[in-house]
Amino acid sequence: MNLSAFTRWSLRIWTWLALAFLYVPLAVVAILSFNTSTSLSWPPRGFTTDWWSKAWEAEGPREAFVTSIKVALAATAVALVLGTLAAFALQRYKFFGRYSISFLLILPIALPGIVTAVALQNTFSRRIDVGLFDFQVGFGFHSLVIAHATFCVVLAYNNVVARLRRMSPNLLEASADLGAHGIQTFRHVTFPLVRSALLAGGILAFALSFDEIVVTTFTAGPGIETLPQWILNNLTRPNNVPLVNVVATVTMLLSIPLAWLAQRLSDGATATM
Amino acid sequence: MRTSRKIGAIGLSLVIVLAACGSDDSSDSTADSTATSDAASSTDAPAGTDAPTGTEAPGGDPTAAPTELGEGEGELNIIAWAGYAEDGSTDPAVDWVTPFEEATGCQVNVKTGNSSDEMVQLMQTGEYDGVSASGDATTRLIAGGEVAPVNTDLIPNYADVFEGLKLQPWNSVDGVAYGVPQGRGLNLLTYNTELYTTAPDSWSEMFEPSSAAAGSVSVYDNAIYIADAALYLMATQPDLGITNPYALDQAQFDAAIELLTQQKDLVSQYWGSFTDQQAGLEDGSVLAGTTWQFIVNLALANGAKIDAIKPTEGATGWSDTWMISSQAKNPNCMYLWMDHIISPDANAQVAEWFGEAPSNALSCDLTADPEHCSTYHAEDEDYWTDVWYWETATEECLDGRTDVACVPYTEWVNAWSKLRS
Amino acid sequence: MRRLARVFTHHPRLSLTATLGAPVMWLLVVYVGSLLLLVVTAFFKLDTTTQKPTSELTLDNINVAFTTSAFAWTVIRSIGVALSVTLLCLVIALPMAFYIAKVAKPWARRGLVVAVLLPLWGGYLVKGYAWRAMFSPGSEFSASGGGGVLDSTIGWTPGFGQTALVITLAYQWLPYMVLPIYAGLDRLPASLLDASADLGGRPLRTFRSIIGPMIVPSIAAGSIFTFSLSLGDYIMPNIVGGKTQLIGNLIARTLLAPNQPLAAAFTLWPILIIVVYLATMSRLKAFDNL
Repeated sequence: MNLSAFTRWSLRIWTWLALAFLYVPLAVVAILSFNTSTSLSWPPRGFTTDWWSKAWEAEGPREAFVTSIKVALAATAVALVLGTLAAFALQRYKFFGRYSISFLLILPIALPGIVTAVALQNTFSRRIDVGLFDFQVGFGFHSLVIAHATFCVVLAYNNVVARLRRMSPNLLEASADLGAHGIQTFRHVTFPLVRSALLAGGILAFALSFDEIVVTTFTAGPGIETLPQWILNNLTRPNNVPLVNVVATVTMLLSIPLAWLAQRLSDGATATM
Repeated sequence: MRTSRKIGAIGLSLVIVLAACGSDDSSDSTADSTATSDAASSTDAPAGTDAPTGTEAPGGDPTAAPTELGEGEGELNIIAWAGYAEDGSTDPAVDWVTPFEEATGCQVNVKTGNSSDEMVQLMQTGEYDGVSASGDATTRLIAGGEVAPVNTDLIPNYADVFEGLKLQPWNSVDGVAYGVPQGRGLNLLTYNTELYTTAPDSWSEMFEPSSAAAGSVSVYDNAIYIADAALYLMATQPDLGITNPYALDQAQFDAAIELLTQQKDLVSQYWGSFTDQQAGLEDGSVLAGTTWQFIVNLALANGAKIDAIKPTEGATGWSDTWMISSQAKNPNCMYLWMDHIISPDANAQVAEWFGEAPSNALSCDLTADPEHCSTYHAEDEDYWTDVWYWETATEECLDGRTDVACVPYTEWVNAWSKLRS
Repeated sequence: MRRLARVFTHHPRLSLTATLGAPVMWLLVVYVGSLLLLVVTAFFKLDTTTQKPTSELTLDNINVAFTTSAFAWTVIRSIGVALSVTLLCLVIALPMAFYIAKVAKPWARRGLVVAVLLPLWGGYLVKGYAWRAMFSPGSEFSASGGGGVLDSTIGWTPGFGQTALVITLAYQWLPYMVLPIYAGLDRLPASLLDASADLGGRPLRTFRSIIGPMIVPSIAAGSIFTFSLSLGDYIMPNIVGGKTQLIGNLIARTLLAPNQPLAAAFTLWPILIIVVYLATMSRLKAFDNL
């Protein structure tokens, strides 16, 4: 596109300003992780690496990190299966109520987290008795996975549906013409095409689950502590704030390859929310 | 036919949803999973487990306290204030949970409660064995049947608890203990020492427009703070006849709300978590406020120019109690925990880490800071006589008045919500 | 297997039910079911001693939630904050997404998108407290004698309040706005823009008549995230909002009181607002561009 040099430069400067907006607070976090004072106030009072060695030794954040990974992986897996099924159904068949289904999928993210949280907590804590089924979900790892999967479905769905929309229907017809039945077509044609979309959606779902705090607080079992829970518990606890800054900085650094991978896999164009 | 299948699938799911609604209303009128079913679960303890044996209370009250303890169940799920149950995961040196786990075989899972209200809400889920509840939660938990009476004979360390904390209105009913005291603190008036070259001595600094700190006042963001306004009115407007800040009839309550509405203009911060206030004290955006002693200590350690006092009007405060759930799945472990957490050693550690007055008289000799008990006035009963520990307001006035109805706590919450909106 | 496949091929409706059944059932049962169970308690009375819902029907909760002017103001304020956040995100994101998609060198593109994504991993709470350290107003009474990052570097800070809240929320959700717009722009063929230029369209005009209409759905999609995530937030107001309260704070406070019936009644507010918002956005084809 032909833009004047002035426009190009304006856009470039604007983008760098926006990036500064995104990164200055993160830099503050990283800097405060070396602060000798335990408070979050500015400027830092002195330089120390104590918090880093303390964080390295502490088991709390490490265990919480592993718990978060497990929950996010399980929730992502469930969300991918459900999101993909929904995407296939909605893409391939035009039917009444398509928008209501889209609406349904986005609702868990669109409504305030606290509402979702308490609604699910309520359901999980009561006995559900419908003749054949008589059970109580209860709280634990599984309840957390169910809750997270519920609001992650939309991310998997969006990515897959975006890919399907750009996929030529001719491919499927060609496959059928060659005698392949639906499942063969799926295995040899459709799935390879949506694989990267699945991965991209999966990574976004993973990120969302990994950082979720409100629904987590209300649906985690007594023995479960995810990383955001650990962060919350330690931000509201004396003397541990710099430890949280260390953990946040480390998490961000660890996520760079993952964010890079998500971007690579989605080939730029389909990385949609 | 095909269409009907689709409708069938959606229909089926709706049936399940509706059935879930239905079963709820029919089986349990309280629309929550407590009272009836839980009472049953504690009597129908599976044979072969070492469940505590219930006393033969009149009427066969299934929630009555046990008379003997069995072996620990191997697990314990508790709700605690942050810092009340440290297992070394935040600081390896701060750990009184691991020794307990090693001694009893009870694996402890801690859920941090951020407010009394949240703790009540969590206990209502029935997933926890016990809770460290402040006085404004305890009475609600007792009334709701969430917690069970405690047989203090099974808790050897109970004998050493300060007498002033035993069998108080917030931790007992008719002389029956509903838990063991953990510790106590009070809501102090903190002030900036650069602004106040001479120390203030009245809550008026937080309520009167003439306050030097106007515009920089920090208020505890909870309905229970209405009692602080009532306490101030008790001293400044005796005509209102307030004798207990938790027993307010409609006129007294309205006066307190009016005072709080007027206070809004002076406030720079309503704090829900103490870190928010600590930050405010340090960055100077808070020049006067209601605080806890240990927030002051933390802020001072970070260089804040502040001090704190108990004003002449007295103060509200909190006395925390470890309580056992009426639906506890691990009652033996909970009893063992209650004994452990008030043992002189653990009690001293909690009191120092959290910054409060310990409940066990023997703790004072074991604190790392030998001055701890005097700093927090643990042994000074006189200091606590004008401290009104948090309690839950009920329609039946707590001060014994029978000619009027008092405003119940749910109305306090609504009024506070309105005030904050 | 083959027979099963044939059944599906010949009975598209059945196939539809099978593929859609699982996710729809999941959301209906787990989510909508739970939501219904919560919302119906709005019509039941609270037992003020045990603080649990009773089986006694009442309209009091609805009445309190919808006719108290203080609460209505909170709702209006929440909508205002959510719209401001959305607008701010849009203003920041639009030129940024355009630069990344159409101006930046192809090799720089991926790095820039990663740079936008990365802050999502910084931890929502940690970022909130970082902004606290940024906004902290200067005071001669502070421990350090100065203010936060902004005050001590550029000498200006909005302090804690509604402005700080809008900025912080915009910060938290900005990537959710940049990415859909970027994806939307990236799908625009360069030839289309060149054609416009060839026909004499000035850049601004090209933007208005070609790009604008085509990325409206992307903007609408991004705004669903920025709007609804801001509307329901109740943690950031406590950290940087000063005295500002949103509808989420009201719901959280009431739920934890615990007064589930009244909280359920308050919950009808955001449900109503979100339904209206989503309906508006779906008219803009937002759902196809999420």
